[in-house]
Amino acid sequence: MTTPDIATERKPDKAALAIAAVLLLLALAIFWDTHTLELAPTYGLGPKAMPYVIACGLAALAVANAVMAWRGAFPPRESLDHRAIILILGGFAALIALIALGGGFIIATAVLFTATSAAFGRRAIHIDFGIGLVLGVAIFLLFDKLLTLALPAGPLERLL
Amino acid sequence: MDTFYALLHGLTIAAQPLNLVYALIGVLLGTAVGVLPGIGPALTVALLLPITFKLDPAGSLIMFAGIYYGGMYGGSTTSILINTPGESASMVTALEGNKMAKAGRGGPALATAAIGSFVAGTLATLGIVFLAPWLVSVAVNFGPEDYFALMCVAFITVSATFGDSPVRGLISLFIGLALGLMGIDKLTGQARLTFGVPDLLDGVEVTTLAVGLFAIGEALYVASRRHLGEEKLEPVRGSLWMTKTDWKRSFWPWIRGTLFGFPIGALPAGGAEIPTFLSYSTERKLTKHPEEFGHGAIEGVAGPEAANNASAAGTLVPLLTLGLPTSATAAMMLAGFQQYGLNPGPLLFAERPDLVWGLIASLFIANTMLLVLNLPLVGLWVRLLAIPQPWLYAGILVFATMGTVAAKPSVVELTMLVIFGVMGFLMRRFDYPVAPVVVGLILGPVAESQLRRALQISLGDPMVLLQSPMSATLLGVALLALLAPFILRGMSRFKASED
Repeated sequence: MTTPDIATERKPDKAALAIAAVLLLLALAIFWDTHTLELAPTYGLGPKAMPYVIACGLAALAVANAVMAWRGAFPPRESLDHRAIILILGGFAALIALIALGGGFIIATAVLFTATSAAFGRRAIHIDFGIGLVLGVAIFLLFDKLLTLALPAGPLERLL
Repeated sequence: MDTFYALLHGLTIAAQPLNLVYALIGVLLGTAVGVLPGIGPALTVALLLPITFKLDPAGSLIMFAGIYYGGMYGGSTTSILINTPGESASMVTALEGNKMAKAGRGGPALATAAIGSFVAGTLATLGIVFLAPWLVSVAVNFGPEDYFALMCVAFITVSATFGDSPVRGLISLFIGLALGLMGIDKLTGQARLTFGVPDLLDGVEVTTLAVGLFAIGEALYVASRRHLGEEKLEPVRGSLWMTKTDWKRSFWPWIRGTLFGFPIGALPAGGAEIPTFLSYSTERKLTKHPEEFGHGAIEGVAGPEAANNASAAGTLVPLLTLGLPTSATAAMMLAGFQQYGLNPGPLLFAERPDLVWGLIASLFIANTMLLVLNLPLVGLWVRLLAIPQPWLYAGILVFATMGTVAAKPSVVELTMLVIFGVMGFLMRRFDYPVAPVVVGLILGPVAESQLRRALQISLGDPMVLLQSPMSATLLGVALLALLAPFILRGMSRFKASED
């Protein structure tokens, strides 16, 4: 069988092989967790059966995925802007840390907003942070005061 | 006559002033969010779910009906004006619609999409009215083994049968099923896959999964490919109104699209792409203007748009009568029901007819509101599309996170949200379908408890699955649906090796 050169270059597809490995790990985790489950006796099918079935299915699919990766059967991928991904994930990490440490919803929101818009190529960090703050305050007032949904409070929220 | 009476009762509920306001808010919010590029109807529903937390069930479901149809309509506006379909079902609309917009006929394209959606939505909702009670009367006799078999059919068709790669589809499904295991087992109270983390005892929230997969995944994907070039927004030039020829050329495609869309959507199989593609190729064959296809033929917008809407309404049939979601959007609607502890199915028709029929009636109302509002407001929607991309996605992520923060402000939940986001990004990059994960998460635990209930009744005899004729047939269908793509693939291997 003749295949184009590009396809031969991508074979084996290392990233797709890594996905297969993660799937296999997931299957093992389910298997191990179910194995260690201590059970009271039940009638019929217990809570262990389904996890075993799903773990076996996942393991089989992980193998199939690995075979596909080996053959280069995944569609071609385009180049990737790593900086954008790191900025957005960094924004989320900051948001989680701020909420966990009591920095409050509004500042966390503003940080996420700024990081994302920087990931999409904006340079005006101060302006974007300002917009993020205004958005955060607006959402906080709308949801916390009007709809009485509790959002995590920090120093800024207590002033409102 | 009973059906007619029930619908009339539903209309009196839906027409109460407060409920009309809810429907109006739903339609406006649904369109506003759905029109944003990259946001499909499923994400629209997921993002707007927290807003309905504090409403009563009836009001909230009525608002949902509006959000659902509004999100659908907003999505088609985006495909026509920027050629970034939020979901694969509106891909076909983008094909001809975007060409029309480029040729300065964006107005008539939007109009035929809007009127076509109205025609299809109304006819398909009528279809629900007549089909649902009949299906309910069949489903009342379903035992747990029949439900389990039915869910197997849905699992296979949603993940394997209609996608590009059955293996990737099944992987998505099994990830969803695995996530569905997490938390306390309903029948025995055992904690599964929680790894000692108390936050995981409640299991994975559907909204957390959907928002992570769709919103964060999409934002990461678009940001990572931004350097490859952006899609341009086509301004709406010229008249908004359709000419007499436009009407003539749109009418039958609307009807045919509806006839394709509703039955296929109503099957417990999912796959809104199929009717839209069927409608497109039919219109292409039947048209008197074949030279216009590929350059902006109005039939190519009218037909698929009607098919898309009719099949979306069709998915409400298995959802309401059997509790079976066959699309990501339907799965989100089911999550909306579940937040009130309501389980769609034959019982809901018997126990809360006011809710079910109120919802169905408000589908008619939401549809009419959309028709009246959208064409005059099209300028406003276009302005929403013009929001600079960085702010747009930053705003989407802020709202997406807010939903999770409002529901469960814990580090574990937010971390899961981000992990699902990364997962959504990788799935888009490696071409795994996303919808089966959501369907697997929401339907997996239900299928498991039906199976276990069936085996409890049969005292552990697995033959019960084959002794019920219904369940045996359905399992056969599921097996066939699983094998079909592999067999077909073997036949077309020669063709596949060429591209």
